[in-house]
Amino acid sequence: MTTEKMDIKAIEMKNITKKFGDFTANDNIDLTVHKGEIHALLGENGAGKSTLMNVLYGLYTPTSGDIYINSKKVNITNPNIAIKNGIGMVHQHFMLVDTFTVVENIILGMETTNGAVLNIKEATKRVEEISKKYGLLVDCHAKIQDISVGMQQRVEILKALYRGADILILDEPTAVLTPQEIDELINIIHSLADQGKTIIIITHKLKEIKAVADYCTIIRRGKKIDTVKVEDVNEENLAEMMVGREVSFVTDKKPINRGKKILNINNVLIKDNRKLNAVNGLSLELHSGEILGIAGVDGNGQSELIEGITGLRHIESGNVILDGKDITNKTPFEIINSGLSNIPEDRQKRGLVLDFTIAENMILENYHKEPFSKKGRLNHKSIEDFSKKLIEKFDVRPNNPSQKVGALSGGNQQKVIIAREVTNNPEVLIAAQPTRGLDVGAIEYVHRYLIEQRDNGKAVLLISFELDEVINLSDRIAVIYEGQIVDIIDAKDADERKLGLLMAGGGVNNEKK
Amino acid sequence: MKKNNKFIVTLFSIFLGLVVGAIILFISGYNPIEAYQVMFMGIFGSPKYISYTIVRSTPIIITGISVAFAFKTGLFNIGAEGQFIIGSIFAMIAGYLFKLPPVIHGLVAILVGALAAGIWAGIVGVLKSKFGINEVISSIMLNWIALYMNNYFLTFPLLRRPNSDASFKVLDTAKINFLGQWKVSEAGKAFLKDNKFLRELLNPPVNYGFLIAILLAILVWYILKHTTLGYQLKAVGYNKDAAEYGGINIKKNIVVSMMIAGAISGIAGATQVLGVEHQIGILAASQGYGFNGMAVSLIAGNNPLATIPAGLLFGGLTYGGGKLNSLIGAPSEVINIAIGSIVFFVAMPKLFEMFGKIFTRRKRGENLD
Amino acid sequence: MKRKLLALSLVLALVLSFALTGCKPTEKAPTDDNNVTNEDTNTPDDNDAEATDIKVGMVTDEGGVNDQSFNQSAWEGLEQAQQELGVTAKYQESHQEADYAPNFETLLDAGNDLIWGIGYKLADAALAAAEANPDTKYGIIDSAYGDDTPENMVGVLFKAEQPSFLVGYIAGRMTETNKIGFVGGIEGEVIGSFDYGFQAGVQYAAKELGKEITVLSQYADSFSDAAKGKSIATNMYQQGMDVVFHAAGGVGDGVIEAAKEQNKWVIGVDRDQSDMAPDNVLTSAMKRVDIGVYNIVKALKDGNFPGGTTVTYGLADNGAVDIAPTSDKHVPADILTKVEEIKQDIINGKIEVPVNQDTYDVFVEGLK
Repeated sequence: MTTEKMDIKAIEMKNITKKFGDFTANDNIDLTVHKGEIHALLGENGAGKSTLMNVLYGLYTPTSGDIYINSKKVNITNPNIAIKNGIGMVHQHFMLVDTFTVVENIILGMETTNGAVLNIKEATKRVEEISKKYGLLVDCHAKIQDISVGMQQRVEILKALYRGADILILDEPTAVLTPQEIDELINIIHSLADQGKTIIIITHKLKEIKAVADYCTIIRRGKKIDTVKVEDVNEENLAEMMVGREVSFVTDKKPINRGKKILNINNVLIKDNRKLNAVNGLSLELHSGEILGIAGVDGNGQSELIEGITGLRHIESGNVILDGKDITNKTPFEIINSGLSNIPEDRQKRGLVLDFTIAENMILENYHKEPFSKKGRLNHKSIEDFSKKLIEKFDVRPNNPSQKVGALSGGNQQKVIIAREVTNNPEVLIAAQPTRGLDVGAIEYVHRYLIEQRDNGKAVLLISFELDEVINLSDRIAVIYEGQIVDIIDAKDADERKLGLLMAGGGVNNEKK
Repeated sequence: MKKNNKFIVTLFSIFLGLVVGAIILFISGYNPIEAYQVMFMGIFGSPKYISYTIVRSTPIIITGISVAFAFKTGLFNIGAEGQFIIGSIFAMIAGYLFKLPPVIHGLVAILVGALAAGIWAGIVGVLKSKFGINEVISSIMLNWIALYMNNYFLTFPLLRRPNSDASFKVLDTAKINFLGQWKVSEAGKAFLKDNKFLRELLNPPVNYGFLIAILLAILVWYILKHTTLGYQLKAVGYNKDAAEYGGINIKKNIVVSMMIAGAISGIAGATQVLGVEHQIGILAASQGYGFNGMAVSLIAGNNPLATIPAGLLFGGLTYGGGKLNSLIGAPSEVINIAIGSIVFFVAMPKLFEMFGKIFTRRKRGENLD
Repeated sequence: MKRKLLALSLVLALVLSFALTGCKPTEKAPTDDNNVTNEDTNTPDDNDAEATDIKVGMVTDEGGVNDQSFNQSAWEGLEQAQQELGVTAKYQESHQEADYAPNFETLLDAGNDLIWGIGYKLADAALAAAEANPDTKYGIIDSAYGDDTPENMVGVLFKAEQPSFLVGYIAGRMTETNKIGFVGGIEGEVIGSFDYGFQAGVQYAAKELGKEITVLSQYADSFSDAAKGKSIATNMYQQGMDVVFHAAGGVGDGVIEAAKEQNKWVIGVDRDQSDMAPDNVLTSAMKRVDIGVYNIVKALKDGNFPGGTTVTYGLADNGAVDIAPTSDKHVPADILTKVEEIKQDIINGKIEVPVNQDTYDVFVEGLK
């Protein structure tokens, strides 16, 4: 923290109000960020943090209020003006051209040219300079499609810096990263701040705020709650300010009551889309009444494993036995009806039909059963009644069964899926990234239902990149690495360091079975 | 409230389309007011004009239903043209070769046409679900094959009427004309002679096709809205990954959906043969029933029930507009441009809506606040 | 806001124009000066006063009125009748077979005295209309009903095989490769008469020259697909055929195009097509639908409409069918002299030109 620079006000947003029709997304918000500061913007989904930053970046015009950059009043009506004022934004979803190289992406829109000829060499030199200066190491000539998500994020940051950004807005930068990548990103952010860059991070992850930010502004339902010095508060304080009530981080679990072996995965081999072995002779056992967590870095076969078990991907060899019944390569229909449910990893792609209503989504797996339909004819009345019940029980908002699911927030979409899957009362519930992109309140919710499932004597297979989540919820933790389970440890003995090492393949040699 | 709003938007678009059509007519040197008068009188001026408008609209309403149905289930049925032809070929064959009592004969011929066209479209479905071949490409190719198949069938002496380039006419028992037998009987002629209104109304080849179109529209609406089949098909159409995850057999549903869409277009061809033309002729180029059906579906916003007014509008415009040829001497090019603009404007809010939907869907993904 | 204003002004404009013109449908809507119609603009003189009452309409087939072929030719005949006879002429285009009947109906309602169906495809619809409306006259091109022709109807036939025979003879005399091509539209009686007449003419020339000439005939299954015509003809030329005759409507545009590109001989049809490729159109087998149409209109005006009969035009009938007048541009005079002799032989009945496979076989037998 470079306190000597902190008296220069890099950004001042005064009385910003942004209305969309009747809805007030930002209500009279003030925000002051000093030069060289790392400032977190904390709030639940839909609280208005992204709206505020979109106003700063010129994507939205505020209904009222003023913006000052370096104490000079500016009128930012479009992103070009923002860029001219030294503001850069890294969106949650990257805007890169997959088939272009790193350098080509960075210089896109402001190419260095000799006449009309692109001067890649010159551009590469400049990119390399910037990348060295801030510790943002990338392979300039690699194509975007060939590099990891973490690297792509660096490219986005470099892109902003290349355009001369002094103020960097990072929108949910860790949502897509592995724990290791998150650590690296935190280092990069510190290094940027040390060299005088001003950073704003939009996030709802409390731990990261503690780890990286100097100051934190909390926004709730469009209003600014407070700006606090991060040193002075703990995670519980932050969460309370964000949600507006006390939040429990420790999930209450009854002592484990381990039942019979319910799911048996024997030596399965599953190929990915490139026909490579993604799951490579993996074996795993799951018992009723337990939560088995699978920890691992993204891309080690988790997705393929889930798709294989649920019948969405062909299992090349090995078998999967559910409660004594072989479900290997059965259709999803048969597998669901054998008592296996799945909270899918990508809720918008797999889990929901966005153009269907809440009610229609609630019966996605059961539309063919009574009372929802009889002799091929849907019973809209009972579907609606059923949905109303679930909406109330799972607190889905808005509580209108005829609302299209596509119009719901991420958290409420996830609630629809969980309501549906839990109501199936499955023997085995596979929960893949069940809290991805959700805010604290919604996460608490999801966790409670997973534990309830376990306490009712059902089995839960939890796959998550959030190590906290895996450690907190699971009874046992299996670590997946390159398509195999490298170790299974008791959750009581697990900590992030130990798991992190195993996840990186560190346990392979001495623990090989 | 919301529906009402939509209705007003549609009316306004029709009006806007008429204004643009008027401008085009005016620029080309024709008095638009006079032209619209001629068109209006050409559609409503006599009971028989109304009959003709309905007769003309019937096939494109049905192909419109087919396209709308396919669209709701995530498929773009550009093959309605070919399915129409297949339906008409087989309805003609059944109508001419089978020997059955009246009414039953007509129904059987329609079913044969629907079945043949359903199987024909099923090919597209199988190609898509088994080999991932885009239905648009395979349908376009099959359209041509259907056209030449039509001409090939007409090389058989069994079907080709000697000294003509058309098939034999279907038997009277297979015709589905409204009071068709009575109309030409002595009693009928005598009765109609004294009753000008009925005579005029029945003079055109009025047939049960329009009733079939209405029934089909209701049936398709019902299937989509109230049956598990419709639920599955829509789920596959909106998001096949989620449908697959939910245990729905997407491959089977793609084939089923194509077959239903094909059968519907086939019925359009069958009613045209059994109710209007009573024969099939050598085709030099496609007749546009399928493509006009796509326009109808677009105007109707892919709502099966709305295809009925949309088809009547389209059919009325082309029928009434066609009279501008002889009545005010406007060349058909100008008329077609004017009609095209009207259709374009009517369909435009739907287009905006559709694009808007795709756009917001993308945006929603990006701004998960 | 801006959009609303625009919409409002458009509404106003339309309402105003309605108010000014008056909404009442009138018998004859007011026509302003810009209003171009295909009505006769010449003021008819007093002698023609009764003639101007005659209204004639025609229904085209799917080719439309600008098909460069017989629909267009028929319309030219009616336009000529407008100018010279003072009648009023209108046309009604068909886009589908299902349009034929309503189009006849439309022209009937417009009060036409004589309504034409252009082409044999309209034969059924025209006959039905004629039977249903005995007070109106009907005409049909390229079709006949023999003794069943209603009293208010006339069929007009052209002996297309006769000019085809003549151009066939020319082709046979001109070919150097001894290979000749024929491109037809859609197989049938009418195009068949072109085909066999042409082949007979070629064989007649072959016998005269004492050599063997082969004719390849191919059909495009279309009267409008010019691209297909071009590809068929290009193929023929590349296979060594040096003269190609087409009887295929719009398809023929492509055939002539191919001849131009390959710089080979082509023979046109229906009208003198030498304007389309002056260096390559050897001659044309003319079938003047316009003359046929004009003559009947004239007969109607003169009060001797040949109802209930079929009018047939052959070489004897003053140029309704013939070879093109520009033929002397490329065809040597001696051949044309011979053509003239053959023409007389046909008129005299010394040569019986075949019209189909059976009569053709007889004809070829007779040559041996």
